[in-house]
Amino acid sequence: MKRLFVKGNEAVAMGALEAGCRYYFGYPITPQSDIPEYISREMPKLGGTFIQAESEIASINMLLGASACGVRAMTSSSSPGISLKQEGISYMAGSELPGLIVNICRSGPGLGGIDASQADYFQSVKGGGHGGYHIIVLAPHTVQEMYDLTMLAFDLADRYRMPAMLLGDAVVGQIKEALVPHPYQQPSDLPTKEWAVSGKQGRSDQRIVKSLFLGDGELEAHNWRLHAKYKQLQDNEVRCETEHVDDADLVVTAFGSAARIVKTAARMAREEGLKVGVIRPITLFPFPIATYQQAAQTVKKMLCVELNAGQMVEDVRLAVNGKVDVAFYGRPPGAGSLPTPEEILVQIKKHCG
Amino acid sequence: MTTDVFMAGFGGQGILLAGNLLAYAAIEQGLNASFFPAYGVEKRGGAANCTVIVTDGDVGSPVVGNPGQVLLFNQLSLDKFYPRVRKGGLCLINSSLAKIPEGEQRDDIDALLLPATDMAVEAGDARLVNMVMLGAFIARCEVVPMTAVKSALAGVLPERNHRFLPMNYAALDAGAARA
Amino acid sequence: MTTVLKNVFDRPVSLKDVSTHFCPGCQHGTAHRLCAEAMDSLGVQQRAIGVASVGCSVFLYGYFDIDVVEAPHGRAPAVATGVKRVRKDDFVFTYQGDGDLAAIGTSEIIHAANRGEAISVIFVNNTTYGMTGGQMAPTTLPQQQTSTSPTGRNVASDGYPIRMAELLSGLEGVSYSCRVAVNNPKNIMAAGKAIEKAFRCQVEQGGFGFVEVLTTCPTNWGMNPLKANNRVAEEMIPYFPLGVFKDIAPMGQEV
Repeated sequence: MKRLFVKGNEAVAMGALEAGCRYYFGYPITPQSDIPEYISREMPKLGGTFIQAESEIASINMLLGASACGVRAMTSSSSPGISLKQEGISYMAGSELPGLIVNICRSGPGLGGIDASQADYFQSVKGGGHGGYHIIVLAPHTVQEMYDLTMLAFDLADRYRMPAMLLGDAVVGQIKEALVPHPYQQPSDLPTKEWAVSGKQGRSDQRIVKSLFLGDGELEAHNWRLHAKYKQLQDNEVRCETEHVDDADLVVTAFGSAARIVKTAARMAREEGLKVGVIRPITLFPFPIATYQQAAQTVKKMLCVELNAGQMVEDVRLAVNGKVDVAFYGRPPGAGSLPTPEEILVQIKKHCG
Repeated sequence: MTTDVFMAGFGGQGILLAGNLLAYAAIEQGLNASFFPAYGVEKRGGAANCTVIVTDGDVGSPVVGNPGQVLLFNQLSLDKFYPRVRKGGLCLINSSLAKIPEGEQRDDIDALLLPATDMAVEAGDARLVNMVMLGAFIARCEVVPMTAVKSALAGVLPERNHRFLPMNYAALDAGAARA
Repeated sequence: MTTVLKNVFDRPVSLKDVSTHFCPGCQHGTAHRLCAEAMDSLGVQQRAIGVASVGCSVFLYGYFDIDVVEAPHGRAPAVATGVKRVRKDDFVFTYQGDGDLAAIGTSEIIHAANRGEAISVIFVNNTTYGMTGGQMAPTTLPQQQTSTSPTGRNVASDGYPIRMAELLSGLEGVSYSCRVAVNNPKNIMAAGKAIEKAFRCQVEQGGFGFVEVLTTCPTNWGMNPLKANNRVAEEMIPYFPLGVFKDIAPMGQEV
């Protein structure tokens, strides 16, 4: 396949179309508008449906309705818009509906700014809406991963019958680099969607997609079933990249675009003879707990770098459970606050000392 | 081998097009490259800058604190970024619009002063300043061959603007001739 | 001599053979039956998808023998949009109360209507939040006492009740909009015809149809069923006049 020169946001749209998504519902917001712009142009050519909804709330509920019919469907937005979608995401989680939600995160709180940010980590991995649930969260760090993980998100969502989120930011959304597109291959063992509404069409049973459970003990059982799926995800679907962890004194960890900066900084450190490894979670939920636990057996210290004031670092600390010290470096996002590799190198040296 | 290039000026000088073009030409050459634009809320007249990384390995960080190759298009960006050029690096300055303040001359970098806006006007349009600067840069730092940049330009420019290709080629050559 | 017995009254097949949870004198049951009869009459039960809303109407799936998707509060028209865009040949309707449609869901209903979605919307207006416990709704009448307007709805601070059927009729995307009541046999007959017409508008023409049904809520009104029923004619219809406010073919073409 020819290498293309593509913007990250467009790679998401291309991956979604390739994965068979034919329904998109969204509302414009910077810095993700390349996604609806691309899809509004290309999806109708494939017989798909693009709707620019009246709000983020409406678009997530259109996604809920389309997903309830068993098709692959998606929405995309950025932080303030994702906040508005949380109600619908909670209902989708409760109704066990798959579907892709893309968050090209921007800085906050409130209107904040349009700069790259990872401040939606908590909102994404801890169940951003009400009711105590989780969704699958994937964190791409290159344009190629924007494409590949979009496809994976649809597969995981369908396999586990739950919403999946692609969590990017303005760096991976706006950056242009090489993309090798490849044909989508649907896993042969994906379950059929026998729960999807279609009109009874002669069926004796009635199909109901709902999240209300008022019967005695019904809701508790439903919740335990959801949580059993989260356990399955933890057992089977963790994805994580590691570099030079085996002989490292210090492991630096980061996800998404921060991980790119960290990887360059770690390379600079190794060139200076420092034993530095990198752990990059690709799935933020499920979180690569075992990878951190294993690294904690051998490394002296860990350093977590984020484009926020410290969120994932809490999960890293929970994972290593006091076995090693986990330091944090990051700055609340905003114009000019993207850290440079040189800046991270200073931190690495500080913690290697 | 990794080459990092930082370009800065104001919106309308074609900074993002030049960066885009350089990265695209590198990818067409079989190299890896990233083009990361810093963008403002406003579309015109604000500050514009971008970082291009060209490498035969993996592109890591899309941003660089002290870039090795720097193209500065106006005074504002010179004031801000001239001191950040990496020691031993290359700095191209559009001397039509920017000059190094008295006493701040650096002798640890290779600086090339080029009246790029004047040269662009001579070539037919002040907006060709990006091509003049890029042409000079390619001549100095052969990260990709000039022929690759020229053929990439046809890929980057929308079809309706292809009638401007000869002007752009001429501006690239004019820049290269002065490098 | 042979006697031919003709069945003149039966349970519609679209309705399940169960008793409802509705309070005595509540008219949701009547509205449900009219919807079921209309689906039977159009022969769409086997390809019907209902979208349930939040409130007393949430148990749609318990009473209609059709596939159902449950929507968040107020969002049924958006959910129905997603369903209908996928299942273009199916019959899709929402069934929403007044808090759901005329307060929290105003954005969704107005824009689904404005897009001219090929769906049908049944809007049950009983001037109060039923399941939540009789609070003031956007349709609560001036001076009406509710649990959150204990001294009566004060239009100076709470605004006036919203007439949704008239409001929506002003939108280009709407093919059919009307208001009916089910407080007497004549009105029930007319309501049945209106609901069938709204459904037919979707099935045959791909149009957006809206039927506002004035109903009672004896429990939250603090009335017995008979008094509640009388209130519909005495207080509600004068403010919410019955009638057809729009009846055109989809996309502005005259029928």
